[in-house]
Amino acid sequence: MAVDQLVELSRLQFAVTALYHFLFVPLTLGLVWILVVMESVYVMTGKTIYRDMTRFWGKLFGINFALGVTTGITMEFQFGTNWAYYSHYVGDVFGAPLAIEGMMAFFLESTFVGVFFFGWDRLSRPKHLMVTLLMAVGTNLSALWILIANGWMQNPVGAEFNYVTMRMELVNFWAVLFNPDAQAKFVHTVSAGYVTASTFVLSISAWYLLKGQDVEFAKRSFRIAAAFGMASVLSVIVLGDESGYTVGEAQQTKMAAMEAMWNTEPAPASFNLIASPDEARSRNDWAVEIPWVMGLIGTRSTTQVIPGINQIKEKNRNRILSGMTAVQALEEMKADPHDAAARATFEQHKADLGFGLLLKSFAPKMSDVTPEVIQKAVDSTVPHVAPMFWGFRAMVALAAALLALYVTAFINTLRSRCDRMRWLLKWALVMLPVPWLACELGWFVAEYGRQPWTIYGVLPTRLSMSNLTVTDLYGSLTGFVLFYTVLLVIEMFLMVKFARLGPGSLGTGRYLNEPVHAH
Amino acid sequence: MLDYASLKLIWWGLVGVLFAGFAIMDGHDMGVGTLLPFVGRDDMERRVVINTVGPHWDGNQVWFILAGGAIFAAWPLVYATAFSGFYWAMLVVLWALFFRPVGFDYRSKLPMRSWRNSWDWGLFIGSSVPPLVLGVAFGNLLQGLPFQLDSNMVSTYTGSFWALFNPFALLSGVIGLAMVTFHGAIYLVHRTEGAVQARSRTAARVSGLLVLIAFTLAGAWISRGINGFVVTSVVDPGELANPLSKTVVRQMGGWMDNYHQWPLIWALPVSVYAGITLSMILQKSNRTGWAFVTSSVSLLGVIGTAGASMFPFIMPSSIMPSASLTVWDSVSSEKTLTIMLVAALIFVPLIIFYTGWAYRVMGGKVTAARIQKNEHSAY
Repeated sequence: MAVDQLVELSRLQFAVTALYHFLFVPLTLGLVWILVVMESVYVMTGKTIYRDMTRFWGKLFGINFALGVTTGITMEFQFGTNWAYYSHYVGDVFGAPLAIEGMMAFFLESTFVGVFFFGWDRLSRPKHLMVTLLMAVGTNLSALWILIANGWMQNPVGAEFNYVTMRMELVNFWAVLFNPDAQAKFVHTVSAGYVTASTFVLSISAWYLLKGQDVEFAKRSFRIAAAFGMASVLSVIVLGDESGYTVGEAQQTKMAAMEAMWNTEPAPASFNLIASPDEARSRNDWAVEIPWVMGLIGTRSTTQVIPGINQIKEKNRNRILSGMTAVQALEEMKADPHDAAARATFEQHKADLGFGLLLKSFAPKMSDVTPEVIQKAVDSTVPHVAPMFWGFRAMVALAAALLALYVTAFINTLRSRCDRMRWLLKWALVMLPVPWLACELGWFVAEYGRQPWTIYGVLPTRLSMSNLTVTDLYGSLTGFVLFYTVLLVIEMFLMVKFARLGPGSLGTGRYLNEPVHAH
Repeated sequence: MLDYASLKLIWWGLVGVLFAGFAIMDGHDMGVGTLLPFVGRDDMERRVVINTVGPHWDGNQVWFILAGGAIFAAWPLVYATAFSGFYWAMLVVLWALFFRPVGFDYRSKLPMRSWRNSWDWGLFIGSSVPPLVLGVAFGNLLQGLPFQLDSNMVSTYTGSFWALFNPFALLSGVIGLAMVTFHGAIYLVHRTEGAVQARSRTAARVSGLLVLIAFTLAGAWISRGINGFVVTSVVDPGELANPLSKTVVRQMGGWMDNYHQWPLIWALPVSVYAGITLSMILQKSNRTGWAFVTSSVSLLGVIGTAGASMFPFIMPSSIMPSASLTVWDSVSSEKTLTIMLVAALIFVPLIIFYTGWAYRVMGGKVTAARIQKNEHSAY
């Protein structure tokens, strides 16, 4: 069916462009703070090597930043181009944090990034450090507002449907701002960025140490990265647990799918370490369980129950039936705005309107609704279990591997002996891609787990799209993939080239690989 | 507190200010990018040209992002209808913009001539295509767009991509590209010396003249040859936003009504002529900073003219005129507009302040000597 194909392609395009964008964002978020640390040491001690460190890692930061900007513009456009109904339906709430992000954060970051690169000889040392700091604040504030917007998609607080304007409208801005989902997500996401950047610096420095290139430079960089990474990886894991907790409150569905928990268990529920989920039969063929852990993580109590997938679906069946009444009442109100009975019915069932829309996305006319359609809608309310279950576990396993690396690196860097431990250096080097993988998996779990909704419980994905054709989507998707692939190849080429050259590429005359011609 | 009707009006002005900010700030670096292959004949000259905007293009580009974000937040239905209706046009703008960050940042990182030449043309595309296509989009707005809305506010656009490139829209595209080129040329006169400056002066003369001719033609066309739109039902500006509760007719010369009603807005088109003429005179006598100010005024004039002619329409529909989107009926809720206004009042002045600071820090003529001295930090 054209609708199904269109929704799949629109989702795919969003996923591709968002995952591409997030190849560059985490490095920017974290590396900017590492630059602040390095430059602060320079300003405090006056040692030139720290200035060179700031400039060299800054050069790599710039190569990455360019693609972050490029792929970021797409994200701002794409709600309108591909998700027009979404944009109308929730723009009143969702647009505000995006616009504030532009005014408060993106301008700050983008204005000062230019001065950071060009202003070394035009500003005093403390002033230049201030520029770097403002750039870092801007970058991270940007993440804050984006995650407030994203948090609202997961847990749509502070808004109500207005039947005159036919959309969700803001009723409590502070609720949107201090949405617990958004706050937990923000800290978790930026910490993941800090780990990514630390690993970037740690791995490349380890490589210099293995090659014996620019050892003093590399040792200092390694040490900063090990310390910053140690703190960040702890923050990711602890606050990842915090977002696990908030998921439990606002989106039990996501948690049940992530944990392959088919049926409600007596509290505190056990945790499936690994299992073999079988969606067709709504059960796990086998599972390795750890008692109590799930209940403790999910509810922070030993008495509260966590609902299983089957129970969630039954609850949703009632909401769908109630939502159907809401949709019908709304149609009656459109036909006759003075129909008091219809309005009363609507007010009574308004909270389930989103579930009515979900049903409508499978049967545009309520008169076409059959028990099979209702069952289809009910089944769609829980995302597929296996990708969620394994995606989440892979992310956690990668985080654990990073934790092990940072504990080892941090302890040994305190004893100043990392540069002689070749196995540790090699380990650090091969871990380079791991944080990126973990970040992408994290986003996958968060967004795939929100399906079938764009705004959880409010607006189904199947109704959020623009009125485009499948041909439009094939065309644009191909264009994005081609463009992004070429750009990524060029970026990687430059990144590898300058990482190989090392600080010699600055042309200061103090390092190996001084350039004949390179900037 | 302000009432809802005033908020709607203020937001119409604010979106206009953001568009003007985009035209003035991103416009001059796009003009510079458009002129790059022509006013820079060898690699060093091109580096001079690029480095006049090197530290600033990124910040300037945010005006564009912010204009998009503000439309999303303040006029969600306009954002939804325009961006999805102009699907391929938006993608062309977007893909052209891709060339800029990488073009600026990567071009001078490698010495090969073919590498640098390719990026120079990339910068040309990234800088000239967006103003051209956005001009074409404005030209289509003035003629109305083929979209309709159902009672759920689902918009359906029935026009094709190629239909956007009709004669009047192409004329608007010429205005968009020429005004940005003029502005960039004046900026280059201000920031460079010698041969590059001399060529930029020529470019300013040609593009300035082109703006004046095209703008005059478009004005005549609008008053005599295009159906404007007029609301015929009584509109309560303070009502909740729903575009389907009004009636609209198309009428020859309809876009001139506002000029009859408020003759003061003639100042907008007049400022285009005055701004460009003054700017040409001032650059000749080397008061280049003031020339930039007056060319900025002319850009403000062009955008203001288009906005004021259409008011209260933002996006008229040619196939379902009553579904046209206006300042009164396609806006966000009172609460959102209030919060966004507070944010804008705090942050826009701050942005202007620190952008000004950044330009002061990086100010002065960009010369070959300055680039050689900063070989490793310059683009």
